Amino acid sequence: MSGTSSAAKSMNLTLHVWRQAAAHAPGGIVDYPANDISPDMSFLEMLDVVNERLTEGGQEPIAFDHDCREGICGSCGVMINGAAHGPMKATTACQLHMRSFSDGDEIWIEPWRAKAFPVVKDLIVNRSAFDRIIQAGGYISAPTGTPQDANALPIRKPDADLAMDNAACIGCGACVAACPNASASLFTAAKITHLAVLPQGQPERSTRARSMVETMDLEGFGGCTLFGECQVACPKEISIDAIMQMNRDYIMASATKVELGEWAGSA
Amino acid sequence: MTITLDAKIPAGPLAGKWDKHQFDMKLVNPVNKRKFHLIVVGSGLAGASAAATLSELGYNVSCFCYQDSPRRAHSIAAQGGINAAKNYRNDGDSVQRLFYDTIKGGDFRAREANVYRLAQVSVDIIDQCVAQGVPFAREYGGLLANRSFGGAQVSRTFYARGQTGQQLLIGAYQALEKEIAGGGVTMYERHEMLELVLVDGKARGIVVRDMVSGEIESHTADAVILATGGYGNVFYLSTNAKGCNVTATWRAHKKGAAFANPCFTQIHPTCIPVAGGYQSKLTLMSESLRNDGRVWVPKRAEDSTKEPSQIAEEDRDYYLERKYPSYGNLSPRDIASRAAKEACDDGRGVGPGGLGVYLDFADAISRLGRPMIEERYGNLFEMYQRITDEDPYTRPMRIYPAVHYTMGGLWVDYNLMSSIDGLHVLGEANFSDHGANRLGASALMQGLADGYFVIPYTIGHYLASNKFEPVTTAHPAFVAANAAVEERTRRLLSINGTRTVDSFHRELGRIMWDKCGMARDAAGLQQALELIPKLREEFWRNVKVPGIGAELNQSLEKAGRVADFLEFGELMCLDALQREESCGGHFRTEYQTADGEAMRNDEQFAYVAAWEYAGEGQPPILHKEPLAFENVHLSTRSYK
Ligand SMILES: Cc1cc2nc3c(=O)[nH]c(=O)nc-3n(C[C@H](O)[C@H](O)[C@H](O)COP(=O)(O)OP(=O)(O)OC[C@H]3O[C@@H](n4cnc5c(N)ncnc54)[C@H](O)[C@@H]3O)c2cc1C
Ligand code: FES
Repeated sequence: MSGTSSAAKSMNLTLHVWRQAAAHAPGGIVDYPANDISPDMSFLEMLDVVNERLTEGGQEPIAFDHDCREGICGSCGVMINGAAHGPMKATTACQLHMRSFSDGDEIWIEPWRAKAFPVVKDLIVNRSAFDRIIQAGGYISAPTGTPQDANALPIRKPDADLAMDNAACIGCGACVAACPNASASLFTAAKITHLAVLPQGQPERSTRARSMVETMDLEGFGGCTLFGECQVACPKEISIDAIMQMNRDYIMASATKVELGEWAGSA
Repeated sequence: MTITLDAKIPAGPLAGKWDKHQFDMKLVNPVNKRKFHLIVVGSGLAGASAAATLSELGYNVSCFCYQDSPRRAHSIAAQGGINAAKNYRNDGDSVQRLFYDTIKGGDFRAREANVYRLAQVSVDIIDQCVAQGVPFAREYGGLLANRSFGGAQVSRTFYARGQTGQQLLIGAYQALEKEIAGGGVTMYERHEMLELVLVDGKARGIVVRDMVSGEIESHTADAVILATGGYGNVFYLSTNAKGCNVTATWRAHKKGAAFANPCFTQIHPTCIPVAGGYQSKLTLMSESLRNDGRVWVPKRAEDSTKEPSQIAEEDRDYYLERKYPSYGNLSPRDIASRAAKEACDDGRGVGPGGLGVYLDFADAISRLGRPMIEERYGNLFEMYQRITDEDPYTRPMRIYPAVHYTMGGLWVDYNLMSSIDGLHVLGEANFSDHGANRLGASALMQGLADGYFVIPYTIGHYLASNKFEPVTTAHPAFVAANAAVEERTRRLLSINGTRTVDSFHRELGRIMWDKCGMARDAAGLQQALELIPKLREEFWRNVKVPGIGAELNQSLEKAGRVADFLEFGELMCLDALQREESCGGHFRTEYQTADGEAMRNDEQFAYVAAWEYAGEGQPPILHKEPLAFENVHLSTRSYK
């Protein structure tokens, strides 16, 4: 009737899930059966079903972040069998469907692991370091007012497209989780590139790059050694080219900081 | 306390009202702004734009959201675009036309003055967003691109691929983060507002729960702004994010804020159909797809189980093109949704359970080529494929209507102030601009209009016109509100019944969808009004909320929200019952024309229904704000 190939076949799985009651509590893997799972369920719907059963059985459900369930808010994000957001390319955990798994599979589910993303509870981590990187300069200063007419500033389509490719970042943190160094370079670079390729972004370009990169280091993220795991894990397929752009802008900014005379005042 | 509704619409000709009002309003001088403390609840387009702008002006702002970062507010999910009367296409657009389209699209149930102002400031929004670096789609010449949305015959929608809401929100979020860094805004993430606090009749603060530690905290302010989004999740299944709730506005309602037109909800025609009982939410396929996709079902019911490729062209019914030739596939949402429902009720629906219609891109692909369609809708097509495992490039999409947006909300006057002094309401949380049906791409416009360009003026006028005694959280009103929240939390945790929160939510959603959804009638609504209190009673007796209060507890969060939906759902049904007419998204089957179109009753129902809370167990009190149409002619909406 419909083209859904997987209709009706349900699966029995075994989950190995990281449980941790609170930030400073000890954590560990706990096993749960996940039976009668439809291949048309999303990964989070599968967790919902497990949680309903846990609740009915008097146990505490597994805590995980989620909101839009459309792959755009960046709330969800867990390691699934060692891969950030699981096995499917360009797909967040909420958009991953159980048809990617087979009957009898064992699935390991763990939170993002990074010093800068401490665990809050179970699969939930604290990603506020990302907000602080943006605070350091991830914006164009344009207070609300009456700017010039939008079409007074034509922007070449390739530039606008490149800006959009990078602005597509959802801030989920998969890049950090996938990186052996837990570096936030792809996240930071995507914002730097989004703004650096637009004419509106030029006046603050140097201070932005310098300040964001330094904040990234201060937050405890690791350095980038160009493993490239981030771009593989990124659900929005943001290219590692952004990191080259960031490095160029950072070097330029550092080379000119004394002449600009803005070093002391840019804290 | 009894409410009087005064919309405070400035005198004078429509086109000059806002300018004149801006001049007439009092200002707060720059030095004094720093002394005022404002609370903004919500960090979506409305809340983030308001919080950032108010901080830029010099006010002290505290901003709250329930997500772990303000960037994740539900506005992020908006796909299709944002309207503005720029007339860049030279196709006859103007402020007047956007105003008229919005009033007509809302089926003549919105206030003229508010809508006109919205159309006026729409042009500034695009300028502001471009200045912030929002990467809108562009033509090869470097100028901004546009597309068309339902209910309009001009091309006035600006977009950033299929991620317009994301890009606009990131723009506002970045402005907000800049203000946070500068110290003008204090951000409280993972904090849920659970009570509004009034002192001497004025909104002076809120009570929130820190969702990580579980602590109940009080926050004081000189004025409170709610920008907490819509209540579509009363239906359980909707296109809204899982956390969207009515709690903030419902708590304010119970403290005296009138709730306006709660029954006006929007069912979006193009969503991915329900696949199974475990379904947790519905996914929207942007209205922009109707620019190039053609909607059809088989002409004969017996063809509905055939493969679409096996159904010959002459056996297909392109019912929107047939019934509404001048707007065709771009008919407004309420009309397109109802037409889909009729086709399925007629046994001609496709896919599992017969609850679907086709949205077919074959013509567009052969006319424009696949690369062009990929460029326009690539991410939507991918999303569709991920969810359904079907390829929309080679097989028509299956779509079905789903709950999407709520036009109703807290009543506000022209200054966006509710019936509680000092409580201002922005964005989807208020009722103000969309009447009985919102046009596509107008919610983003309204959220940003309210936050960037309206509230910064009107709140100044409120602050400059009133005296504020200092209050602290030791004030009896705060102590009482705090205790009430603690008590409610304790109660929810102590019931320890046998049913999960979600099972109650699903059951409520079913009732609402069946009785107060796309088509309503008195008998069904009366049944719902019996079923909901029973379900609510069972909830407070039999819900199971595991865990404790002093920790991150997602079951407890959900339980609080569902408890409020269980009260609010009843008000929605009451509102739908009293409105004995069909208009926009509110379709009462008793009131339709011979050919099945909505039959409005302007004589008796050209009013805003604003409900006052009358206390536990008391029937709410209906107030009516009459709508005067001085600049548009009340006509029967026709898209034929
Ligand atoms: C899938 C989808 C696509 C859409 N596409 C479009 C489109 O293309 N064009 C268009 O114009 N409109 C579109 N809309 C509608 C539009 O996105 C929304 O109406 C609009 O973004 C609402 O913005 P808001 O700022 O009012 O609220 P929201 O963005 O919903 O923000 C609400 C904020 O309030 C906070 N909050 C809520 N409750 C509480 C509480 N109790 N305590 C503390 N904080 C709280 C949340 O954390 C959040 O920060 C779409 C909607 C959906 C669902
Ligand atoms: S829940 Fe929003 S991206 Fe997954």
